[in-house]
Amino acid sequence: MATDWTVRAITRAMLPVLLALTLIELFSGLVLGGFEEDLLRSPSLLVLVPVTIGTAGNLGSILAARLSTSFHLGTLSFAPDDDELVGNAVATVALALTVFPVIGAGAWLLTALVGSTRLPVTTVIAVAVAAGAALAVLAVVVTLVTTFVAYRFGLDPDDVVIPVVTNVCDVLGVLVLFGAIRLFVG
Amino acid sequence: MTVREVAVRAYREALPALGASLVGGLIAGVVLGGMRAELRAVPGLLVLVPALLATRGNVYGSFGARLATALHQGLIEPRISEADRRFAAAATAALANGILTSLFAAVAVFVILTTLGERVAPLPTLVGVALVAGILSGVALTAVVVSVVFAGYRKGHNPDTLVGPVVTTTGDVFGMLFLLTAVRVVFALGGGG
Repeated sequence: MATDWTVRAITRAMLPVLLALTLIELFSGLVLGGFEEDLLRSPSLLVLVPVTIGTAGNLGSILAARLSTSFHLGTLSFAPDDDELVGNAVATVALALTVFPVIGAGAWLLTALVGSTRLPVTTVIAVAVAAGAALAVLAVVVTLVTTFVAYRFGLDPDDVVIPVVTNVCDVLGVLVLFGAIRLFVG
Repeated sequence: MTVREVAVRAYREALPALGASLVGGLIAGVVLGGMRAELRAVPGLLVLVPALLATRGNVYGSFGARLATALHQGLIEPRISEADRRFAAAATAALANGILTSLFAAVAVFVILTTLGERVAPLPTLVGVALVAGILSGVALTAVVVSVVFAGYRKGHNPDTLVGPVVTTTGDVFGMLFLLTAVRVVFALGGGG
């Protein structure tokens, strides 16, 4: 498992994964490019982009890391009434409902401070909260599926799940943000 | 533990890291919001943004995790002055992989958008921006990751728990700041097409 500490060995281990993940990320880039005009017109929505993507990835990777550890400790079973599983899933949704209102208000406030806002603060908060709630549920589903698949194929969840979940949540972050903007801004 | 205990504990442990990366993400967003002129001037740049930000996170998250593991195993000392060949190899590999992946993303964006018949900046502009941004953010993030992991370890913190939040926070901020710098550098050099 341990890679030799040479440029060649590290690159051989990392570069294929990085290139594959880049292709996944380009999907989210293309979705962003698809509503570039909306984003350029409303700077507060543009401000939401990195923080929404980042928080979605973080929610997924924190959940993945916790489930991987429980899995290694042997305290995790993939049953719908498993306390570890349900508790961590509930925490993910609660975390999203805590941070996304702050994200929406923060994005609007910072945009107002450095320039001008076109949208009312309530609209930006609504976009952030709707996107956050949907993303929390998606992050839970993606993490559970990926952890379960890694477990079934005998892979170490630490190696596989976190990069996959983080990058898939990035893509979902953009898609869900796009949906929330369509819903509340039109 | 009951579901409630598990949930409360998971919530409490995750909130500080999420809060820190939220601040970084918002600052990165303000930079992106202030870049509207550059985004208009370089069609395709916005398409490149998620791939570039994710590459910073993936490369430097892995570099930080590698340093943390090596510190735990006693393979390296937490001092720059005692940095050895292995350490230099890890830092060089991170920089090289980050730059190569950024260049790949730039070429891929150009090819995809051209194929789709969308408006896209000339290839040298996109590649130049990706290269300059890759070098600048790579050097800055190497410095940040090394100093935080080493200083944290010397003060008795577990470097494993520092790497994630530090990389996601500074990666987004430096990633966006140096992307903006890179566009200006490439335009100053006459690569605006």
